[in-house]
Amino acid sequence: MKKYRFYIMTLIGAALVFSGCGNGSEKASSNGALGSSAAEKVYVAPGEQDDYYAFLSGGYSGNITVYGLPSGRMFKEIPVFSQFPTSGYGYSEETKPMLNTSFGFVPWDDAHHPDISQTNGELDGRWIFINGNNTPRIARVDLSTFETAEIIEVPNSAGNHSSSFITENTEYVVAGTRFAVPVPQRDMPINEYKSNFKGALTFISVEPEHGALDIKFQLLMPGFNYDLSHPGRGDSHGWFFFTTYNTEEANSLLEVNASQNDKDFIAAINWKKIEEYVNNGGGTKMPANYAHNVYSEETHTGTTTMKKEVLTVDPTEVPGAVFFLPTPKSPHGCDVDPTGQYIIGNGKLSADLTVHSFDKMIAAIEGEKFDGEAYGIPILNFEDVLAGTVKSGGLGPLHTEFDAKGNAYTTFFISSEVVKWKLGTWEVIDRKPTFYSVGHLMIPGGNSRKPFGKYVVAMNKITKDRYLPTGPEMEHSAQIYDISGEKMELIYDFPTHGEPHYAAGCPAELLAPKSKKIYRLDDNKHAYGITNPSEARVERNGKEVHIYMSTIRSHFTPDNIEGIKVGDKVYFHITNHEQDFDVPHGFSIIGQNTSELLIMPGQTKTSIWEPKQVGVWPFYCTDFCSALHQEMQGYIRVSPPSSNLELSWSLGE
Amino acid sequence: MKKAGLLMILGSLLLMGLFVFPLWNIELGAPQYPEPLGINIYINGLKGQSEFDIQNIDGLNHYIGMKTLPKPEDMWEFTVFPLVIGSMVFLGALFGLLGYLNKISFHWFIGWFVLMSILGVLGMYDFNAWMIDYGTNLDPKAIMKLQNPDGTPMSYKPPLLGHQKMLNFDAYSYPRLGAYLMFVGMCMTLAASYLGWKFKKSTKTKKVLSPA
Repeated sequence: MKKYRFYIMTLIGAALVFSGCGNGSEKASSNGALGSSAAEKVYVAPGEQDDYYAFLSGGYSGNITVYGLPSGRMFKEIPVFSQFPTSGYGYSEETKPMLNTSFGFVPWDDAHHPDISQTNGELDGRWIFINGNNTPRIARVDLSTFETAEIIEVPNSAGNHSSSFITENTEYVVAGTRFAVPVPQRDMPINEYKSNFKGALTFISVEPEHGALDIKFQLLMPGFNYDLSHPGRGDSHGWFFFTTYNTEEANSLLEVNASQNDKDFIAAINWKKIEEYVNNGGGTKMPANYAHNVYSEETHTGTTTMKKEVLTVDPTEVPGAVFFLPTPKSPHGCDVDPTGQYIIGNGKLSADLTVHSFDKMIAAIEGEKFDGEAYGIPILNFEDVLAGTVKSGGLGPLHTEFDAKGNAYTTFFISSEVVKWKLGTWEVIDRKPTFYSVGHLMIPGGNSRKPFGKYVVAMNKITKDRYLPTGPEMEHSAQIYDISGEKMELIYDFPTHGEPHYAAGCPAELLAPKSKKIYRLDDNKHAYGITNPSEARVERNGKEVHIYMSTIRSHFTPDNIEGIKVGDKVYFHITNHEQDFDVPHGFSIIGQNTSELLIMPGQTKTSIWEPKQVGVWPFYCTDFCSALHQEMQGYIRVSPPSSNLELSWSLGE
Repeated sequence: MKKAGLLMILGSLLLMGLFVFPLWNIELGAPQYPEPLGINIYINGLKGQSEFDIQNIDGLNHYIGMKTLPKPEDMWEFTVFPLVIGSMVFLGALFGLLGYLNKISFHWFIGWFVLMSILGVLGMYDFNAWMIDYGTNLDPKAIMKLQNPDGTPMSYKPPLLGHQKMLNFDAYSYPRLGAYLMFVGMCMTLAASYLGWKFKKSTKTKKVLSPA
């Protein structure tokens, strides 16, 4: 005991000494010393709401998670490319079609780069797009329902990584291939990759009013690896920029063989020129096979259409549309500043950032100052297009975002830090460590004409000791920095879900007022939906049995069903008759081989149940809907296949 | 008398507001209803404060065995009230016009005001009686049968005016724009009566003075 007391006294003494020193030194006080102000900055009091929405991609979770800034509180996981038993997405009959592809039902993907729709280069908050990396797909999520509305598969692509970035009026969502592949796919030796494989850059048009996706054209580029991309904006609107690596066209041991060239390229694509070319009948129609899945909010049902053709464009056929900008050291991130003037390529094996100038690029193109060509595509002179180099002192630059004051923020994977630097002077202003090995970073609107430069979120790949340990597998960590001052200040650290690659954020007032509270029952056009409990019924069609069921606090109509037989395929079509905010009902039945259903007010969802045993089996509501939620239950009687029992159903009899 | 007549016409016309705006409002707020549910009471029926409020209030009320909220055809009041108000507007305007033309005296204005006041009080009485029935005449098979500390069944009658705590709900009952317009209109008819009376007094004085 005495010993402890001694230690404590020593500690207090030490603290006094340190704080005494701190008070005297200017540096400590200006940094907010122990971060007491940091707590205030991230504290969103109970009942208060956050200032920003942040949409983090889930990486290998296949989904998007929605967070609030600055609190770091998670609000929702939006299922996109992965089955989600919590709501029944990808399990219910209505949502299964959303995961159809030319490879059949693919219940998972690797979701990377969310991007919020824009008008005139500013966030408009109508939709958020995200790419499925593994089985190339692009999804559109509706930001009034926060649900996946559409998924289109991208043919001739593999490793859909330089995606899903949008042009400044959401004319196109762009999907570039990471892997070069044979186009069309065919049986050929892998080592004949060089000059035979292609890299497809796909421009998917977005219908301005409802957002419907349609592949406008695919640009069949040389067989490099197209890593990341971003659109031009302002003066450079009409252009799109893609980083490349593996211009060596190696097909094995890429970590060595794709790192030999001192410079790879940023591909500059004048998509307006190509759009004009295809509008005038240019391009070649190629047979293809890809799924287009659309979810209707009226029928609450997804449908799949297999598309059989895609329009391809050979870049050499459209002179003046495609150029290569040499960029050192296998560039990864490809970011365009809010003015559209600077294109930043982050050579991931380098210490420096390369900044290209859009004006210089145009001048070089007009002066036809080319430094050779690659597969017929002109290569511009590195010095002619270079605006400047940021000598950062960091290692492994990956991604850059921007504030509204002419500053850029770049992540460094290897040296685990965020570096703030000035556009135009290229001088480094500040650097702060991240924990650990940061990938992307996100400033709300940080890749638009109008960034909201209050916070930057750094998304890390390695967590280690940041939180209480949870065995070998841990969630990834993220840090929030206040960037409103000259120096960045680390104010919060929070775990994320899956592996967030990129994220997108926007002010809360852009989305909160138009967020839907219910689906209107009188708009429900589901083929098996019922708008009145009096329509509840059970119908048999051979071995198929359709149960038209409704829910309202706190009962199912009907809740007693007889006349089902072993070997039947029973469809539970459940319509939630609530029209009150935040009153979902759930549905689950013993031995369900799929998942539960979580049905929002006014919505209809369907679960298939195939009874295998005779008996009387219960079903119940899984969402604690009311004080009598526990009573929200029912029975279904299953008779032997030979039974002659008539179908019957009832409630309260 | 011209001024009085005009005021009388205007005052009674303000009652027309009752055909457009709600007369009364009952709001129910609870922790899980940060945006309170509400009923707007019009002379010809009930409407939810938000679109689905009536349905949602009925949904909650079924737990305690209350009847569903009445539709216009369920209560004679919703047919009769508009007729009564319409007739009173017509009469008031007619009296005002005749007063303006000096055909009738201010006594008619007072008469109108008194009749309207009686009708108003009767209306309130009827409204309160309906609320008592609605709040106490409960389904014996109700899911929740709650009692007061003295053992009598709990009443769910909302207050006629003001605030009352009912289980987890805070009920607020206040007049709305239609009622305010009616109040202002009736005050105007009262003012019209006063002006009419003053006018009469002055003409009497004139009559008294004239022979001399």
